[in-house]
Amino acid sequence: MSGQIATTMLRESKTTPRPPKKNVSEAKTMKGHEMLVRALVEEGVEVIFGYPGGAVLGIYDALFRTEKLRHILVRHEQGATHAADGYARASGKPGVVLVTSGPGATNTVTGIATAYMDSIPLVVFTGQVPSAMIGNDAFQEADIIGITRPITKHSFLVRNAEELPEIVRKAFYIATTGRPGPVVVDMPKDIMNQEGTYHRPEHIFIRGYNPTYHGHPQQIQRAAHAIREARRPLLYIGGGVISGNAVAELRELVQKTNIPVVSTLMGLGAIPADWPQFLGMLGMHGTWTANMAITTCDLLIAIGARFDDRVTGRVDRFSPRSKKIHIDIDPACISKNVEAHIPIVGHARAVIPELIQQVEPGDWNSWWAQIRQWQKEHPLRYDREATCLKPQYVIECMAEITGGEAIVVTDVGQHQMWVAQYYPFKHPRSNITSGGLGTMGFGFPASVGASLARPERPVFLVTGDGSFQMTSMELATAVKNRLPIKVVILNNAYLGMVRQWQELFFGKRYAHSYLDGTIPDFVRLAESYGATGMRIQKPEDVKSTMKRALEIKDRPVIMDFLVDPEENVFPMVPAGAALYEMIEESRGGSQ
Amino acid sequence: MKHTISVIFEHNFNALSRITGLFSGRGYRIDSISFGPGEEEGLARMTLTTHGDEHIIEQITKHLNRLVDVIKVTDLTYVSYVERELALIKISAPPSRRPEVMQIASIFRANIVDISPRTLTVEVTGKTDKINAMLELLRGFGILEVARTGCVALQREYQAKASQEATGIRLA
Repeated sequence: MSGQIATTMLRESKTTPRPPKKNVSEAKTMKGHEMLVRALVEEGVEVIFGYPGGAVLGIYDALFRTEKLRHILVRHEQGATHAADGYARASGKPGVVLVTSGPGATNTVTGIATAYMDSIPLVVFTGQVPSAMIGNDAFQEADIIGITRPITKHSFLVRNAEELPEIVRKAFYIATTGRPGPVVVDMPKDIMNQEGTYHRPEHIFIRGYNPTYHGHPQQIQRAAHAIREARRPLLYIGGGVISGNAVAELRELVQKTNIPVVSTLMGLGAIPADWPQFLGMLGMHGTWTANMAITTCDLLIAIGARFDDRVTGRVDRFSPRSKKIHIDIDPACISKNVEAHIPIVGHARAVIPELIQQVEPGDWNSWWAQIRQWQKEHPLRYDREATCLKPQYVIECMAEITGGEAIVVTDVGQHQMWVAQYYPFKHPRSNITSGGLGTMGFGFPASVGASLARPERPVFLVTGDGSFQMTSMELATAVKNRLPIKVVILNNAYLGMVRQWQELFFGKRYAHSYLDGTIPDFVRLAESYGATGMRIQKPEDVKSTMKRALEIKDRPVIMDFLVDPEENVFPMVPAGAALYEMIEESRGGSQ
Repeated sequence: MKHTISVIFEHNFNALSRITGLFSGRGYRIDSISFGPGEEEGLARMTLTTHGDEHIIEQITKHLNRLVDVIKVTDLTYVSYVERELALIKISAPPSRRPEVMQIASIFRANIVDISPRTLTVEVTGKTDKINAMLELLRGFGILEVARTGCVALQREYQAKASQEATGIRLA
């Protein structure tokens, strides 16, 4: 029967094992462990990230005997999920994780939540204690399905080894289609040890899961009409354009219509930063122009974005004069925070081409003149005359040396915002950052995944001294796999974003945000793992050091940039303020 | 406003907690919930009543629909439907007061289903407000225990034309 995921609650006791399937190509039986490995290979998986343990020893034994899957041993299960996440973001393929039961499983929680918030396809396989012991508080038992329920798109408990091939197919299908997201597959040890025949279903059908791909034609017509009528239209694009692989379509729309574009943090790279239509990131640390354009426009066309609170600021004053078109694959995102006048549920890649056919460029010259004036009067700025090393300058040097071609992974904090503001992304899947959950410690393991996914491209991690210390143990993973990740630590000895808020809103009382005296020597830390470490203190050394780092291709390089400790990220929209109430520079003292 | 929502879902070990977890995790309210096997094997039907403004109800139905286990969500509020709830009410009633209780029970078409020297247990079926009304009347005797099933509901097969026109909802 279709959609039969597990036995029912009420009929549980009466269940009998499934009868053997007909038309099985090979009658040979195998164990659950081998079925899992084979199902993964048939799903097209090349790399999995994991950590062994008691409940998954059998699976690791099966992995040991195959050449077809590359297993990356991390140093902490959180790193496995972030690495798989970085791999998925960089490659567009689902990330796969394998961990043991109990602590192995619970350590994946932050990574799963990170992927869930950013709609990243992950399939996380967790070991589980033998089914007879479930619920007994057995050694290394945790109800991981229960724990991850609110942060997964779906989850499966395997109850019979012969179900595995179908569950694996369903798990990948659910993770990668519709609005992508993480799926957990929990595998009791005894079930994986069962013998059975392997049968991978040709087609799967999940009755309660039918994502809408095509937008409603009438709604698209209404949207096209609204664009023709608009005097100040604005495109507001989000990560959905990138995860939906609709970048080419979006670029065509922008080229055809010449509508200005603002992007969320997650959407950076969809439109090349050097295109004249691109106004930069909007939101709390968005550009002046982007935030003013949002406030002033009379038609807002949101594509694959979800009106997050870091984007809208004070929501009742967000884009007050505009009619809103909202294109999104997830109906629950539409009119959640901001009411959409023309909702279009559908896949960006299906809806945008329909829209392109029906729209024409309008007479938007006065709108463009206004935008150009904002850009001229309020560019991004920092003190370029300073003698100390400014973090923004480091990013600008990185941009110059890589020509905007690098994959830039970030952690979370000030450095993340500086990358968003100053790194001119040219390509999609190049800005890898934890946008929704804001997970410090995401960066380094994610850069491991990105580097494995795209070995031909330079991978830079921009991080802070705080974030990097959360997952720096993955240096071992990067060294072991000879990954040439360039780690740029913007070391200000503070938790910079916390410090900035304390400076601006808490009377400069720097409660537990100052790390000095406890920061490790990152150069020696790198060397102790077999990586290369460099320290940079003067602006004139930045580019030469980066060039030297780029020449090292067989191991990670850590560049410890000692930057101005009290630099702030501006513009800034204070929490609870409207987007047009930006602070452009530090006024000193508390507010 | 009160809403009665009918949900058909895969009857598996996890679906129920996914549905209720949605409500607790997103801060939506559940006023009553009841479920059991439905007409089709492997599927269950849940009736839940909740309240909130239109925006919240819209989010609730959208999030329910998003669950992989959920097959169909119907907000019955805008259509004609039948609803019933069953309650068992144990009241303190010495022999001298029994006739009074039985009189009330007969008015409400309730049955006496258990009796002891000091108590009576009444079974009553009906809409939620009927049960509330009966509980109010019995309060004077001393209510010892109450067990309620929560509301169950089905759409009426015959829909009054007026209700279709008023709501603009096209019925299948």
